[in-house]
Amino acid sequence: GAADALFSSPPQFRHSAIPLDFDISSPLTYGTPSSRVEGTPRSGVRGTPVRQRPDLGSVRKARQVDLHSDGLAEDVVATEQSLGQRLVIWGTDVNVASCKEKFQRFLQRFIDPLDKEDEDIGLDLNEPRYMQRLQEINMVGEPFLNVNCDHLRSFDENLYRQLICYPQEVIPTFDMAANEIFFDRYPDSILEHQIQVRPYNALKTRNMRNLNPEDIDQLITISGMVIRSSQLIPEMQEAFFRCQVCAFTTRVEIDRGRIAEPSVCKNCNTTHSMALIHNRSMFSDKQMIKLQESPEDMPAGQTPHTVALFAHNDLVDKVQPGDRVNVTGIYRAVPIRVNPRVSSVNSVYKTHIDVIHYRKTDSKRLHCVDEETEQKRFTEERVEMLKELSKKADIYDRLALALAPSIYEHEDIKKGILLQLFGGSRKDFTHTGRGNFRAEINILLCGDPGTSKSQLLQYVYNLVPRGQYTSGKGSSAVGLTAYVMKDPETRQLVLQTGALVLSDNGICCIDEFDKMNESTRSVLHEVMEQQTLSIAKAGIICQLNARASILAAANPIESQWNPKKTTIENIQLPHTLLSRFDLIFLMLDPRDEAYDRRLARHLVSLYYQSEERLEEEYLDMAVLRDYIAYARGYVNPRLGEEASQALIEAYVDMRKIGSGKGMVSAYPRQLESLIRLAEAHAKVRFSEKVETIDVEEAKRLHREALKQSATDPRTGIVDISILTTGMSATARKRKEELAQALRKLIQSKGKTPSLKYQQLLDDLRAQSETAITKEMFEEALRALADEDFLTVTGKTVRLL
Amino acid sequence: MPCVGDWLNSPLSIVQGIFAQNVPNSDWEKKVTEYFKEKLKENNATNWVPSLNDVPVHYLKPNSLVKFRCMVQDMFDPEFYMGVYETVDPNTNARVLHFGKYRDVAECGPQQEIDLNSSQTVTSERQTFYCVPVPGESAWVKEISFLTEPAYVSTSQARVSPSTSYTPSRHKRSYEEDEDMDLHPSKQKEQHMGKSCCSGSDIHGCVEPKRLETEASAGHHVISPNCSPPLDLNFPLPGEKGPACLVKVYENWESFKVNDVLEVFGVLSVDPVLSIVNSEERDSSTLDPMECMDTAEEQRVHSPPASLVPRIHVILAQKLQHINPLLPACLNEEESKTCEFVSNFMSELSPVRAELLGFLTHALLGDSLAAEYLILHLISTVYARRDVLPLGKFTVNLSGCPRSSAFTEHLYRLIQHLVPASYHLRMSIESMNQSRFIPHKDYTANRLVSGLLQLASNTSLVIDETQLEQGQLDTAGVHNVTALGNLITWQKVDYDFNYHRMEFPCNINVLITSEGRSLLPSDCQVHLQPQIIPPNMEEYMSSLLTAVLPSVLNKFRIYLSLLRLLDYSISDEVTKAVEEDFVEMRKNNPESVTADDLHKMLLVARFLSLSAGQTTLSRERWLRAKQLEALRKARLQQQQSVNGNEL
Repeated sequence: GAADALFSSPPQFRHSAIPLDFDISSPLTYGTPSSRVEGTPRSGVRGTPVRQRPDLGSVRKARQVDLHSDGLAEDVVATEQSLGQRLVIWGTDVNVASCKEKFQRFLQRFIDPLDKEDEDIGLDLNEPRYMQRLQEINMVGEPFLNVNCDHLRSFDENLYRQLICYPQEVIPTFDMAANEIFFDRYPDSILEHQIQVRPYNALKTRNMRNLNPEDIDQLITISGMVIRSSQLIPEMQEAFFRCQVCAFTTRVEIDRGRIAEPSVCKNCNTTHSMALIHNRSMFSDKQMIKLQESPEDMPAGQTPHTVALFAHNDLVDKVQPGDRVNVTGIYRAVPIRVNPRVSSVNSVYKTHIDVIHYRKTDSKRLHCVDEETEQKRFTEERVEMLKELSKKADIYDRLALALAPSIYEHEDIKKGILLQLFGGSRKDFTHTGRGNFRAEINILLCGDPGTSKSQLLQYVYNLVPRGQYTSGKGSSAVGLTAYVMKDPETRQLVLQTGALVLSDNGICCIDEFDKMNESTRSVLHEVMEQQTLSIAKAGIICQLNARASILAAANPIESQWNPKKTTIENIQLPHTLLSRFDLIFLMLDPRDEAYDRRLARHLVSLYYQSEERLEEEYLDMAVLRDYIAYARGYVNPRLGEEASQALIEAYVDMRKIGSGKGMVSAYPRQLESLIRLAEAHAKVRFSEKVETIDVEEAKRLHREALKQSATDPRTGIVDISILTTGMSATARKRKEELAQALRKLIQSKGKTPSLKYQQLLDDLRAQSETAITKEMFEEALRALADEDFLTVTGKTVRLL
Repeated sequence: MPCVGDWLNSPLSIVQGIFAQNVPNSDWEKKVTEYFKEKLKENNATNWVPSLNDVPVHYLKPNSLVKFRCMVQDMFDPEFYMGVYETVDPNTNARVLHFGKYRDVAECGPQQEIDLNSSQTVTSERQTFYCVPVPGESAWVKEISFLTEPAYVSTSQARVSPSTSYTPSRHKRSYEEDEDMDLHPSKQKEQHMGKSCCSGSDIHGCVEPKRLETEASAGHHVISPNCSPPLDLNFPLPGEKGPACLVKVYENWESFKVNDVLEVFGVLSVDPVLSIVNSEERDSSTLDPMECMDTAEEQRVHSPPASLVPRIHVILAQKLQHINPLLPACLNEEESKTCEFVSNFMSELSPVRAELLGFLTHALLGDSLAAEYLILHLISTVYARRDVLPLGKFTVNLSGCPRSSAFTEHLYRLIQHLVPASYHLRMSIESMNQSRFIPHKDYTANRLVSGLLQLASNTSLVIDETQLEQGQLDTAGVHNVTALGNLITWQKVDYDFNYHRMEFPCNINVLITSEGRSLLPSDCQVHLQPQIIPPNMEEYMSSLLTAVLPSVLNKFRIYLSLLRLLDYSISDEVTKAVEEDFVEMRKNNPESVTADDLHKMLLVARFLSLSAGQTTLSRERWLRAKQLEALRKARLQQQQSVNGNEL
């Protein structure tokens, strides 16, 4: 075992240590030989079989060294309480007895009423957490105790350090401690095997890139994505031999992947008579997994690193390729075996991680925010800096300016997108049957081609960590949602998620929204209001979360925006979809001299600015990104009293404007939009309370967007019904009038059963003062047909 | 003090010397790099170092100092290795310290064993890059850099003689090489040159081709059973040749990125033991589950036979700004020599430009406007990125190209003679559907499988759309076209990592030739107006090339590479004027001049100024840029009216 120990062993012990046959990870270990033989009161421990822990490296024999007198081998057996403090495990500063005692104290006493984890449902936070866990084990019968290293660290810094540095020695001690307490308390409990302690969330390393030779043989936690997993490998732990002459049996343990076959039978002294009996040998399950760095952790322009994981026993097949996991385990480096025929050795070590604990990060997304990773990302100075920044009076404008600086002006649009990046507060109304309230803000940009809409989308996509960028032209419903794929090798059905699901909690940027086909668009209806995605394909029916904000860009149907037409007419999108956007902006080419001048200056500066100055602005992008991430993770504003009042007033006002003219200019959906925008604005200020100024800005922005997109080009009045019903109130009125006029005209013709289409149109035109287009005429006909007044067949109109 | 030959031929013995002197100290590593840095600074010492780009691997002495000009194609996982280890003689118990740096194999004497438990052992970390020769590197770059390296003389002799020790897969490659000769007449020249120079003195005096040959072939015999089917060397472009290398980097590996072009100096390692160790492992893998953690494919890719993919242990590595051998390697340095070179060249810039314009005008069948734009295109480069917007890209769509006479083919060949790296992409339904454009991660072999669009910065990509017929694109085809579009618009390629995509910024000059307007986006469309239609295009084009003196051709090459590296600025005064101009233009006709047009004009103005060697924009240049744009637009409109619905 010395080969593996070289990394962690302090040199002073190098040759003085006398190896003892005390294998911490062998079946003999947990009770220690003494407890087994003597039959301590802990009958539960004795009664429950021990399960080997290959995750701790079964090949290593731990040796204890007496610091005062080298080589008191036999004493080890009696270490427990009597000799106590003097003995440490060879190569470490771990004393088994005190380590065990400390850990037991930790289990019995650790309370953290503030800590909240998503798996803590049903735990009383004011009682010792891990005692409750043990109780759970007693009830459920799953003999694994997960221990958060962070808790251990806050409880006993030194014990934590020992765990990180000598996991191989310390974890078995923890096992011992946990089992003692457990069987003390629940002596009659029947478990499959003894409890194994699984520490997680070691703070040592988070990023695969930071692993270095110093981490070898230490407990680490890294995050990454599973890219490949092997078949199950049965690994022999203990070989069983039987003498073919005298039937004497013996067991041989695996040492460094090899079995030392006994050449002589100890009983009858026959040579080469021992035969391996396979079905009485012991095997454990093992699986090789490749873990790849998460894309977020990677520096730009480099390819991701990978690391091999070995999962053992019940951790086999716990993760699938594509899963995002946090892995806690022991980092190993094994020299490539010495070749007997060549004297030279490959000087490279093979590295892998023996997995002790998995934690899927994906599943966590079902519960609120990804707190763990979020917390780690910000240092205290950074948080301080961000908070300082948030106190600036003009922070809102500042951030809006920092957003896509290469795109000129369009300030309100940038502000809208900024609020979208922050998002509203998530509210849960499931208990009242309303389900989740959408917190995401959806924005549609429409306008002339070449007004840098795509550029804005690209910028946003690059800014947010979970952004997706698709083009409506190429994307099918499949690419946007999810599809089921059959893995050619395993014949297993795999659900592949599309852009919308991938951008859960992020922003999905959809360019050329107008070019999207009907079926794809229909998917968006569900996503944009319910924030879920239902899939029923190939026998898989499921509902996925798709809490994505949509940032879409649409071009007008005619190549240029026609100012004489309404938004709906220009982009030809169904109003049912349009009404789901909180803000719809027009990006038009303004025809204004001052604007041109500023634009020219801005562009010219782009063409000679030096790299350094650009670099500076790039820094701003990082700050912006952190600022948003922090606000999204930590700030959750609630409506204040005043703000609620202001919102009510705003909504009533909006409805009043319309009602005066016999039309409705606001719907509850608009009120919801206002609330979201106000919340987002409060987030920008890092404020936990939505105040009147937030409502004011929400109102302003909302009005601004409406002014652009919902102005009736015929009357110049802002009319929300353009977006909600697809037609302005005046247009609807005019349509009705025309239909009535047509009806009168037909009635005035007396009792004719049928009329010529063209004739009727000409007559109507002659009668009317305003110009009547063919479309208007047809619309009127359709309206009358709906009233069952007439039917149109080909070129003739029949009265009913 | 060791002599010249020593640090070239057995750099490891130098390292050993420094190591032995400083051993308890860990700063021996620094001293080694300093030593070699000093050595290479001496007069043209870099030229003495044989280059893997020119000399086949088996003619190079193992463990000698070599250099390699390459592109980082993939990055493997970091390796932990024995930085320092101790051997022990079981008989005498004598202990010796060794260094493991710059080596693949921890060596020890016949009577010695490595003590894996020694407290002296130091575990260190290094990074492996999979490097390929710069994709699309022009023949002239190879030729000139070969000629400027007089030390190759002896090895080049060996090169000419037919080799017997090529592995089968290499044989195949060498046929391609022959085919290639027809395309690049210069290649033959290069070999002649090699022959004529071979009488030069043998400076390192230790290259014994014969011995090496046997060694290499011995290695080959051992390896060949393992290497069926032939290993894909993962070159981005089809038909590429030259060695791929596993480059082991010991310092600052974070500073290198995928697709960076590097010049590395390091110790060549082709130890056949490497392959034996691997095969050995594979045999015993059934016994030892520890070894089967990598799939067979991964093994093959990550430890290929050393004779096919040699290892270089890097002592010094530097990123190259350009690969043009006619220019000093590093232009930013304030060395008097480079300054002198630049100022000398700048002084005679205008005749060079005029000549180049003439040359290109002829190449573009007498169209001087198109030639002007082609110059601007060839010196364009992405000089900065403003959030997502790449600045300085200038994709030209040359429409109206004659379809029948393989015009694009010949035009590409001329461009190939001017730029250091280029690729000709013939668009067709089949090629779109079948080629691999986007690099993707192969998780079984754990490597980034290259694609056509994995190109180094400043590579010229000539896309020929004239051959494209109507047809159905399949999914792969759509993806490929989208990738091309993204490359042109954003100068980035989204590499496919199966579970996610990752963005790699690039800087590629794209020239599209088409009949009508291209289906791909472009920054500016120039409609070709041929003045002459030569009856025999091939003859016409090759005569153009032969008419240019080699020295003039070299000037063209310097011109195009150098101007790309210049800085540029616009004075406040001119900014004001441009502003006025823009406002004025908009006043007259807001429809015709948009922000986009201003973008284009500023781009044209930038490259127009630079092409004349001016680093600031003058009023005259601005007007000239406007004029050019107006001419170009007028042509397009004219074309539109001629063809009716064309455009």
